[in-house]
Amino acid sequence: MQTFEVGEYPNTQTVHFPKSCLHCEDPPCVPVCTTGASYKRAEDGSVLVDYDKCIGCKYCSWACPYGAREFDEERKVMTKCTLCVDRVTDTKLPEPERKPACVLACPANARLFGDVHDPESVVSKAIAERGGYQPMPEWGTRPANHYLPQRKTEIRIHPEDLERVDNPLKLDGKQPDYAGREDFAT
Amino acid sequence: MQPAFSVIFLTTLAVAAQGLFLALYGTEISGLGALTASESRQFLSAASAVALVLTGLGLLASFFHLGHPERAWRTATMWRTSWLAREVIALPLFMLGLFVYAGAHWFGVGNTRLIGAVTVLLCLALFVATAMIYASVRFLQEWASPLTLVNYLLLGCASGLTLATLLAWVTRSASLVRNARLKPKSTLQSAIGIKHPRIVQKAQGFTGGSFNTREFFHGRSVPLLRSVKWAFLLLVLAFVLQYLGLLAERWFFFAQANHPQNLYYQTIS
Repeated sequence: MQTFEVGEYPNTQTVHFPKSCLHCEDPPCVPVCTTGASYKRAEDGSVLVDYDKCIGCKYCSWACPYGAREFDEERKVMTKCTLCVDRVTDTKLPEPERKPACVLACPANARLFGDVHDPESVVSKAIAERGGYQPMPEWGTRPANHYLPQRKTEIRIHPEDLERVDNPLKLDGKQPDYAGREDFAT
Repeated sequence: MQPAFSVIFLTTLAVAAQGLFLALYGTEISGLGALTASESRQFLSAASAVALVLTGLGLLASFFHLGHPERAWRTATMWRTSWLAREVIALPLFMLGLFVYAGAHWFGVGNTRLIGAVTVLLCLALFVATAMIYASVRFLQEWASPLTLVNYLLLGCASGLTLATLLAWVTRSASLVRNARLKPKSTLQSAIGIKHPRIVQKAQGFTGGSFNTREFFHGRSVPLLRSVKWAFLLLVLAFVLQYLGLLAERWFFFAQANHPQNLYYQTIS
């Protein structure tokens, strides 16, 4: 989770920015792999590494503009976010729990999980309704993961919020006439 | 980018070997001057062997870059999409070409020009593949340019040619040794036809000098002649200096490339 301050003090806004693999539709990290260890899974589109095939040359990390791949110094292979591929496909788990751990862990439900290709899915609707966007669109990687912009703070204002109904000055329906009182005094 | 010395050594050693081979093949097709056929065969095979050893060292260095070197055999599989896989194929093929070329010269098999021509193609393919590994990463805008390919090719040829200079230094040293042991065919005895071990010239017929005394004598002292010989070491120094320059160039090549992911890592806290 990264934090950015936008604007100039005192008019600033804090932006928290979670980072993960974006599981691009056109992942540039896949074709550069020499062994085919880096692949995009046909059935769900998640970008994965076959740890038994990876030779640990790190070339794929160069080919990812987001820095989503990291070399595991102990296993000597390239690792990355798997979109919790074992969780989301585990039929032994109850349906609501077949989601990536980060989605389940977020206490504010700020992370959503679903099929971006299904226009009726919760994620597609959120992207459409709330202006979901992809980071670094200039590279044409077409990330599947989208970010939702910060919500506009909505304030509902009722008439009684602006004017107190139990304002004692209004009990007789008449405002004190300050101007008249001033005239009277002179 | 963090420059990896394994990759720096791979690229500088391999391209020097490639440039050296191109220089050798160039000398073969242009003729090797006064060398006899067997001498030139020995020279070409020995020098090709040097190129082979350098490429092998580069290949060895590249293994240090891998997390799992024992799986390196898998690397060639994705040659359709990956320039790195294409390099992994081109490098051993070039080494094979060098091996066959050196062997053909050593054993005098013949067809060396044809073998050399095939190896030249493999050599150029390796140049392209190595350069495209870097030039094809579009996120590293410093590299994503045809200039990367041109620089690889020219710096490789240049270092190979300087390496040929280094080899020439070895052969030149051999000729120094040979010259020191020369037994002149003509002697003063045979020159004037008097067979006596002790003959000393007392006059050459004039004192003012002539074409004969100017054209065939350097007129410098013997110590100066000896000291000039040591300046040959500059030829060795040239290669050492150029290689240091190449290392610096390659290190900078990596260091200068600014990956877009760095945007996410600018401040710790």
